[in-house]
Amino acid sequence: MSAQVSPIDEVKTTPWAGGTSPFKAEYGKIMMWFFLLSDAFTFSSLLISYGALRFSADSWPAADLIFQSVPGTSISHGAPLVFVGIMTFILILSSVTMVLAVEAGHRMARKEVTWWMLATVLGGFAFLGCQALEWSHLHHEGFWWGSIPKELGEYFHKGAHESTTYTQQFANLFFTITGFHGFHVFSGVIINIIITVNVLLGTYEKRGSYLMVEKVGLYWHFVDLVWVFVFTFFYLV
Amino acid sequence: MSSETTEVHHEEHGEHGGMDKKAIFKIAGYLSLITAVEFIIALWAVPNEHIPMHWANPIYIVLTLFKAFLIVAYFMHLKFEKVGLMLAIIVPILFIIGLILVLTNESHYWVPFIR
Repeated sequence: MSAQVSPIDEVKTTPWAGGTSPFKAEYGKIMMWFFLLSDAFTFSSLLISYGALRFSADSWPAADLIFQSVPGTSISHGAPLVFVGIMTFILILSSVTMVLAVEAGHRMARKEVTWWMLATVLGGFAFLGCQALEWSHLHHEGFWWGSIPKELGEYFHKGAHESTTYTQQFANLFFTITGFHGFHVFSGVIINIIITVNVLLGTYEKRGSYLMVEKVGLYWHFVDLVWVFVFTFFYLV
Repeated sequence: MSSETTEVHHEEHGEHGGMDKKAIFKIAGYLSLITAVEFIIALWAVPNEHIPMHWANPIYIVLTLFKAFLIVAYFMHLKFEKVGLMLAIIVPILFIIGLILVLTNESHYWVPFIR
């Protein structure tokens, strides 16, 4: 009889058998997630290397002594972590404006998306500016890849072993990791600008969805996420 | 055979639930609050010896992980995605935990060599 259907010809209806999208997310969005996962591995390798070197050290330059100035103002001492606090709040705020842009995109509110994207770009530039100030301040003090100040007394708590080896490790790791993060922020700002231009040109209005804003938003939040860890492990711990 | 039974059931696009403006500002408030608490610990509690340093570090790490959860779950919207996507992103993080365990243990053996 021909009415019999072999199992292989039956219409597949389960989520993993094809025919439906198991993740219920668009291709580009899934790929953005997997890119971010691989990027998380890269950042983890860097941060875990830092942790391992620090665990093997018997002393380490104190963050509240190294980061106690507010570059760009006359405050050069006695304001520990104030400047990095400003940077952290800038990045959190720009993450908030980004998520507001995504929310406006869901409502197809083009004007609102534009303004929130512009605010996000502005936040990104503000953060990069702060980081440039911070870097040039530390460079002025003598820190760089492969070089540290001659006098180390003011960077260690009283009684700690003033080790040139560990100070150099600190300098190398600090510039490498914040540099890699800053490079991500820079790329993010460029991508955000491109998306903002597209929003202004009405590309997504024509396409009927602001999904692209959402995908770029994922990247931008990831940059904020990495900073949360950099902030904790370089400035607090 | 009725074709209706084999028809793929299309769910409505009800996935971006829970992230209206109010929810966004609530999460932003939590993130700022946690950061403020970290600063209070670093600049007031530890220098004035209300909290010893070896307690402060685990507190920072727990607070940081909580901030990371808030960003990934709500801002990156992972909490509202399908379980499959959630697992695809979260399970590989176990490798990172593995690397942390290996290297924090390993680094103890470097101490005499780096000095």
